[in-house]
Amino acid sequence: MMDYSDKVMDHFENPRNVGEIEDADGVGQVGNPSCGDIMKMYIKVDDDNKISDVKFKTFGCGAAIATSSITTELVKGKTLDEAKELSNQAVAEALGGLPDVKMHCSNLAADALRKAINNYLGIETEEEDDFHCHHQHG
Amino acid sequence: MERIYMDNAATTATDPTVLEEMKPYFTEVYGNPSSFHSFGREARDAVREARDKVADLISADDAKEIVFTSGGTESDNYAIKGVAEELKDKGKHIITSSIEHHAVLHTCEYLEDKGFDVTYLPVDEDGLVDPADVKDAIREDTILITIMLANNEVGTIQPISEISEIAQENDITIHTDAVQAVGSIPVDVNELNVDLLSLSGHKFHSPKGIGALYIRQGTRIEKYLHGGAQERGRRATTENVAGIVGLGKAAQIAGQNLEEKQAKITQLRDKLIDGILEEIDEIKLNGHRTKRLPGNVNFSIRYIEGESILMKLDLAGIAASSGSACTSGSLEASHVLLAMGLSAEVAHGSLRLSLSKYNTEEDIDKVLNVLPEVVSDLRAMSPIYNQD
Repeated sequence: MMDYSDKVMDHFENPRNVGEIEDADGVGQVGNPSCGDIMKMYIKVDDDNKISDVKFKTFGCGAAIATSSITTELVKGKTLDEAKELSNQAVAEALGGLPDVKMHCSNLAADALRKAINNYLGIETEEEDDFHCHHQHG
Repeated sequence: MERIYMDNAATTATDPTVLEEMKPYFTEVYGNPSSFHSFGREARDAVREARDKVADLISADDAKEIVFTSGGTESDNYAIKGVAEELKDKGKHIITSSIEHHAVLHTCEYLEDKGFDVTYLPVDEDGLVDPADVKDAIREDTILITIMLANNEVGTIQPISEISEIAQENDITIHTDAVQAVGSIPVDVNELNVDLLSLSGHKFHSPKGIGALYIRQGTRIEKYLHGGAQERGRRATTENVAGIVGLGKAAQIAGQNLEEKQAKITQLRDKLIDGILEEIDEIKLNGHRTKRLPGNVNFSIRYIEGESILMKLDLAGIAASSGSACTSGSLEASHVLLAMGLSAEVAHGSLRLSLSKYNTEEDIDKVLNVLPEVVSDLRAMSPIYNQD
């Protein structure tokens, strides 16, 4: 078993904001089932350009579920500009760190969120052409 | 919380009787078996007795055919490198399967770097090697066939006697990695008709760090460790006397009523398999339904990922394993499941539950109680699961 922090275990055992938003303003998905991770984020955006609601669905390991969960907590109530600044690195830090092997493969929740925001803003996001399971996000 | 251990393919608990048998060999009978005096002789006698017991378990003709090693990985390395080194002037081609343990696969890859040529045979959807494929793969320069007796992930038992017949007809040395099989099913080196066979103690209730390589008399193989005259000069180093005694005792215990124990574990296994199939939909049993180790259960559970399943089970006190990339540390899904034709996605959702003589009916009931909820929780979270 991976050596996960208490915070990761907490978010894995009690994931926050799981589910779908039927009338979402933006939806974003990253990952690939053959790599073992898919994260899907749904956002509602209010008149002040703030994220009023956010939900996720994730197929993946413990780290994938925990990073998705904490990402929803970190961005709820934030403006889109603030939310877009969230990095995968910051998500990992908020969880008290992730095991090294998880940093690049299962830590994509911020990317999923950014895709959801871009989807809301009408910005085309490049389709993932990365079929090797070695994401290298800076 | 009472915990349930269902990862016996990884390792087993040391039998308390085995431990008792070993104890005197640390503080009382501590002589070096190579020593002349009575301390040495006592240790030597103990090693001899243990060798007889291991030979008995696999029906070897002569105890001299047993070489003690540090375990399965070493036995595999010894067998493959030893034959390759000894016969390299005769040929440089080795035949193996694509679902071997890494102890075999990585040793073969090492030899490829050293100029050997290796054929990795495919398997069918149940994980079986076709003996006809072995026959077709044989070349003039083939020196070794190494195919496992039973697979560690999916439990499929290979038709080794059929394959060894082909090896014999072509005068090719044959090795089998029987690490998962020995102690679990009857293993007879003459019935299997193999030249070399690897076994490991901690898979059948001896401590870790001790195993053996069976070397049929007359088999051409290079020495493994150079030094003293231990193990008839084939593997130098002062014997791990207590470990060897433990392996001997574990072999003796394993051999007693083996078929009865096998039947009992098989019954538990089938209850677990049938129960899971009944409780959970969109699930696939990996490995052959009947040509299968008594203690092996391996399922692919669609739409969810293996590490998450293991974590949820662990939190509920159930220890299992998975072929998911996330649990291997390598980012690759199980090479065994992929070779059996599963997609990476489905391989990621695999769960292995492996039983031993210590598992009970209550353990099975507990898993059947916990697992369906774990699966439905994770599926409810999965973006690729359609709840409708």
